[in-house]
Amino acid sequence: MDSEKKDIREWYQTAFADFENSLNGGASLPFHAVRKKAIARFAELGFPSTRNEDWKYTNIAPLLKHQFQPVAEAPDIAAESLAPFLFKGLDADRLVFVNGVYNEALSSVSNLPDGVILDTLENAFTTHADTVTQALGKTVSYEEETFSALNTAFARTGVFLSVPAGVVLERPLYILHVSKTEGREFLAAPRNLFLFGDNSQARLVEGHYNLDGGTSFKNSVTEISVGADALVEHVRIQDESKDAFHFATTQVEQATGSNYTSVAIDLGGSLVRNNLNVHLAEERCEAHLIGFYFGSGRQLIDNHTMIDHAVPNCESNELYKGILDDRAHGVFNGKVMVRPDAQKTNAFQQNQAILLSDDAHIDSKPQLEIFADDVKCSHGATVGELDDESLFYLRARGIGEQEAHAMLRLAFARDIFNYIKIDAVRERLEELVVERFNNKA
Amino acid sequence: MLSIKNLHVSVEDTEILKGVNLEVKPGEIHAIMGPNGSGKSTFANVLAGREEYEVTDGEVTYLGQDLLDMAPEERAREGVFLAFQYPVEIPGVSTSHFMKTALNAIREHRGEEQLDAMQFLKLAREKMQLIEMDEKFLHRSVNDGFSGGEKKRNEIFQMAVLEPKLAILDETDSGLDIDALRIVANGVNKLRSSDNAFIVVTHYQRLLNYIVPDYVHVLVDGRIVESGDKNLALRLEEQGYDWVKDNDAVTA
Repeated sequence: MDSEKKDIREWYQTAFADFENSLNGGASLPFHAVRKKAIARFAELGFPSTRNEDWKYTNIAPLLKHQFQPVAEAPDIAAESLAPFLFKGLDADRLVFVNGVYNEALSSVSNLPDGVILDTLENAFTTHADTVTQALGKTVSYEEETFSALNTAFARTGVFLSVPAGVVLERPLYILHVSKTEGREFLAAPRNLFLFGDNSQARLVEGHYNLDGGTSFKNSVTEISVGADALVEHVRIQDESKDAFHFATTQVEQATGSNYTSVAIDLGGSLVRNNLNVHLAEERCEAHLIGFYFGSGRQLIDNHTMIDHAVPNCESNELYKGILDDRAHGVFNGKVMVRPDAQKTNAFQQNQAILLSDDAHIDSKPQLEIFADDVKCSHGATVGELDDESLFYLRARGIGEQEAHAMLRLAFARDIFNYIKIDAVRERLEELVVERFNNKA
Repeated sequence: MLSIKNLHVSVEDTEILKGVNLEVKPGEIHAIMGPNGSGKSTFANVLAGREEYEVTDGEVTYLGQDLLDMAPEERAREGVFLAFQYPVEIPGVSTSHFMKTALNAIREHRGEEQLDAMQFLKLAREKMQLIEMDEKFLHRSVNDGFSGGEKKRNEIFQMAVLEPKLAILDETDSGLDIDALRIVANGVNKLRSSDNAFIVVTHYQRLLNYIVPDYVHVLVDGRIVESGDKNLALRLEEQGYDWVKDNDAVTA
């Protein structure tokens, strides 16, 4: 095992040399020095084992059996093949990435309000060098954590969005990642930077889908800065191939009076690890961390969240729900830190799981660390099954067993979906989830 | 329509029904009365197909088919309806979606066209009026936060939408105030026809003031010990159940 880990570590170091050669001009930009430090740090850190507390329930051994290749080019994709991933009736700006590579032909961006910058990170390295250099990596350090180091080393592109103070983005921004492996086990390391100015408003929708099954490794890092009194809704739908490895770190920094909502939906992936960290850095912030996952087969879906109440008078609300079938394994680790200064904090956390099979299981770890005394904090975790009485009631009205199961599962997830305020997205997601339930009922 | 012969049913190894016989023809209303614990609810539920009930002996033929061999949804699609004594609350499933799905499953089984949302809504509104329910209930989750009376009315609403051939009302009168009792009974009477039949399971005679049964059967300790016409119900109201308890089982 340890030798395997060492081999695969060396594999990524070797792959980095190839990656550097593929960067052409990119290797001469200042950020490339950061990449080099990151790969060196990655070599020191190595891959975590389950002895590491943060990886106690999630064994990444299957990831280490593959040699994933960074890619500079992606296969062609017909515009029609995106249809299942678009939301009928949704008027959105859209950036499309295929195997992590930006595809301009499939993307469409309308006239944005004055001052808004929306570009690929690769372009922004030169067009907005100062802003990017200053902000990128400010909140997610390659020093501390393996997958952040690996992302930083292999970060070729991603999305750079900067919304100036007072600007409201009327149209949601849809970032669509599609995988088409064609048998090639690729590594994608999307790196996103979102800067929302004071009093700005925006809705982000991230989609991660695949076209042909197959194995891939996506390891993304997203840094989000939410300015004072800004309002940001962030929906993330992950429906990768059942053989895909999906690792995602999202770090959110909130300024005074800001409001950030994350709705994270995980349906696909073989091994999924989401780290969602929110730093409530100034007073009167509100953060909503909402999640739903459905795992079947041998899927492992791990959600690690961390909410850091650093100052007084902030509110966080966390609700994660999951349904696990077959031999699927769910992990929920919800850390809430209430620092000594953070008086008058309200922090609520709930996670609920339904197990459809005796072999499915969930590891649930609420972690409240409260160092202030005048706070309202609560957490609750429940694990159960579908209610037999409800099932009989539906069937006794003529509804088939499979459909009754699907209805009850959807009902369980309903309050999560209701956090998605964009009707077209919520409705399509419900359809998708029902399809998934029916395939697996 | 329904022929029950020597039905024995156990729940967790305890025998609850000990040889029930009953014949129901189209157009008839049968009342099953009996003291608490006599097996009334077991009887109602086993006909609807609840799985915890184990049939250990006997047979039930419904429209020429072996009812006991059918899944609950098949029974419903063939026209069997149970109005639950304790309807469950299902947060997250709207009443309209639930009933539209159920009705379309039944229509599909009958080889009829599916109703679209508009057609269903029109039908549902008519049926809501029948039982004097506000149509806002259509958009609420099934029974979620409903009062006891609202839940019972919702059962009758569902019955009106699905138009069963054989409806079994399990203590539909319990927990109803006088108004609700009248509304529920009116609903049943309006749905009554020469083609369908009702089995009204009840502890009290009061619902039978409104829904006049053709036959009354007294269930005691898992057996039908007395059968008669509506006057039997009145006698039970006056004299209680003690006088029938010692009777031997009869064939209804």
